[in-house]
Amino acid sequence: MSVPDALWLIPALPLAGALLNGLLGRRFPRWLVGLVGCGSVGAAFLAAAAGFQALRALPPEARRLEPVLFTWIASGDLSAPLGLLWDPLAAVMALVVSGVGFCIHVYSLGYMGADRDYPRYFAFLNLFAFFMLTLVLANNYLFLFLGWEGVGLCSYLLIGFWFERESAAEAGKKAFLVNRVGDFGFLVGLFLLWTTFGTFHFGTLFPKLAEQPAGTPVLTAVALLLFLGATGKSAQLPLYVWLPDAMEGPTPVSALIHAATMVTAGVYMVARSSPLYDRTPEVLALIAWVGALTAVFAATIACAQTDIKRVIAYSTISQLGYMFLGAGAGAYASSIFHLTTHAFFKALLFLGAGAVIHALHGEQDLTRMGGLRKPMRLTAAAFFLGAAANAGIFPLAGFWSKDEILAAARHGGFTGPWLLGLAGAFLTAFYMFRCFALAFTGTFRGDRETLARVHEAPPSMAVPIVILAGLALVGGGLGVPPERGLLHAFLAPVLPGSAEASPGGIETALLSVGLALAGAALAGVWYGRRPEVPAALAARLPGLSRLVRGKFFVDELYAATLVRPLERLAHWCFRVGDGVLVEGAVNGTSALVDWGSRALRRVQTGFVPNYVLSILVGTVLLLTYLVFGR
Amino acid sequence: MVPLNAYLLVAAFLFITGVVGVATRRNALIIFMSVELMLNAVNLTFVAFSRFLGSLDGQAFVFFVMTVAAAEVAVGLAIIIALFRNRETVNVDEVNLLRG
Repeated sequence: MSVPDALWLIPALPLAGALLNGLLGRRFPRWLVGLVGCGSVGAAFLAAAAGFQALRALPPEARRLEPVLFTWIASGDLSAPLGLLWDPLAAVMALVVSGVGFCIHVYSLGYMGADRDYPRYFAFLNLFAFFMLTLVLANNYLFLFLGWEGVGLCSYLLIGFWFERESAAEAGKKAFLVNRVGDFGFLVGLFLLWTTFGTFHFGTLFPKLAEQPAGTPVLTAVALLLFLGATGKSAQLPLYVWLPDAMEGPTPVSALIHAATMVTAGVYMVARSSPLYDRTPEVLALIAWVGALTAVFAATIACAQTDIKRVIAYSTISQLGYMFLGAGAGAYASSIFHLTTHAFFKALLFLGAGAVIHALHGEQDLTRMGGLRKPMRLTAAAFFLGAAANAGIFPLAGFWSKDEILAAARHGGFTGPWLLGLAGAFLTAFYMFRCFALAFTGTFRGDRETLARVHEAPPSMAVPIVILAGLALVGGGLGVPPERGLLHAFLAPVLPGSAEASPGGIETALLSVGLALAGAALAGVWYGRRPEVPAALAARLPGLSRLVRGKFFVDELYAATLVRPLERLAHWCFRVGDGVLVEGAVNGTSALVDWGSRALRRVQTGFVPNYVLSILVGTVLLLTYLVFGR
Repeated sequence: MVPLNAYLLVAAFLFITGVVGVATRRNALIIFMSVELMLNAVNLTFVAFSRFLGSLDGQAFVFFVMTVAAAEVAVGLAIIIALFRNRETVNVDEVNLLRG
């Protein structure tokens, strides 16, 4: 079987796994459920790797395979073939999704080992992998949208996996509803694209876009609307509020969906639509600003969170902001590079946090941890590595990708976002090492019995952690030397301009590493050696402390300005629309019939003479009419 | 030969008598007989026209009317007997069980 004909296997294998586990999983023994769940994603990874090799064997300009499976929708002018697109960008994304996904599936074997809904968990996780691979392999916007909505569904299902818990069910609902706002924009953008260009197909659409003059209102509108979809899916300002709550899901889910893959779909979509965004420079500038603001805003909140998973969640929002900053500066390849390295080290951080939570039997509060370095040596080392990579400290993965983005922002003339990005680098290092110091150094602050039962992660959890730690360590090598690395050269046919070096990278790199080290050192001093300093500082500035701790009260603001008015509107609709109009119409009909028959029944007296009389009168009238009337 | 109008007048007189009987009397049996009277008035017009027009269609009709009337008498009398057995009256003013 040649490669284009076999590409459908990449998304189809996880789908098969999802169907097997979803339909028959309850009758399978546990080991078989795990085997199907991990095996299907592992096989998808192997298929993607084979496809990657086949792509590499082709000359760079011919690296674009487009097998069409069958016509999906054909209605009038609209025809959307179910086609796959296998080019360098899709290959990189597919490898990241299936590779990191496989690690997290294996980790789940240990983490979810005691859960009674084991088959359901793996069925959802495989279904997610299917939709995510669909999203990255689609060759048209409509098919991409199918994957886009599918991953949203799986995210909802997995956030609310423990739906018996009220907060988990609420968080799932919140994620779904906030995403709907973004998806609404995405959908309207697609409609506009269709009415203007009459096609969703990337290969047909992008040459047409190139003919348009830059800054056409329609293009700007489409670009803005698609970006609105991306802010929802990738948790950017102002739609980021769902991601911290999504931490109610199991930790491997947070690692896979809410750090490594699904939330990066927006970045992928922007990179995939680069021919569109290149025609709308003002939207690109907006993207850069939104990304930079989100990066700093979320990093600030992360500094005051006490839930270990929420710290990492805000960190994810912040890092996604960097990716959008890169894309906004036109350095799409750099943002895909950061997406890749971020998938490694953020998954690592989540899996490390998961190992801690597992060891502490569900404890997520940083203020009740501490000193875990000794009983959990491996996890502590891996978490340290992940934190350093996230902070962008030389020579770990995050350093190469983040500084490339910052250099590109500076080179592109985005001084404001560049400065914000540098501030974010300081904050990132600060909150990451604060988190590390609170969890792993000092003395344990929980109760004695919990400490006695703390254990190192079992092998099924430790092996993925080690693999991801290795990737976080050397993943930056994909992009060395800066701007001319393996990844950039490989992506060059899809994302032209990515192989150009932006000068002045060295100063930016020195500056950001210096800031990161300063942030790390400050966190180490404050939370490792002198914990009284931050407490005193918080007491000195009660207003600021409350503001940051309260996450700038954005949730409360949304609740007051949007959620509650909408709820009142819904109540009003329920009371007036449903209670008065609908029920009034239904009850009114029955009341009318009731009243009418009450009135008319009096006609039926039961007396024979009355009937006779009416027959007589009727006959006479009829005869009169027949004889004289005509 | 007696003219057609004479027959029709007699028939009309009989019919009016029947109508008045049905409309004014209260005894179910009398009403019933009045109905029969109306039927026979119609029969008389049928036969008169049949003879006058030289066609047998009217007389054929009369046979049908008489047959149906016989059946009606059987059913009607049975109803009146049943009514009398249940209510001990045949006065229609005292019977209004089907009142709405």
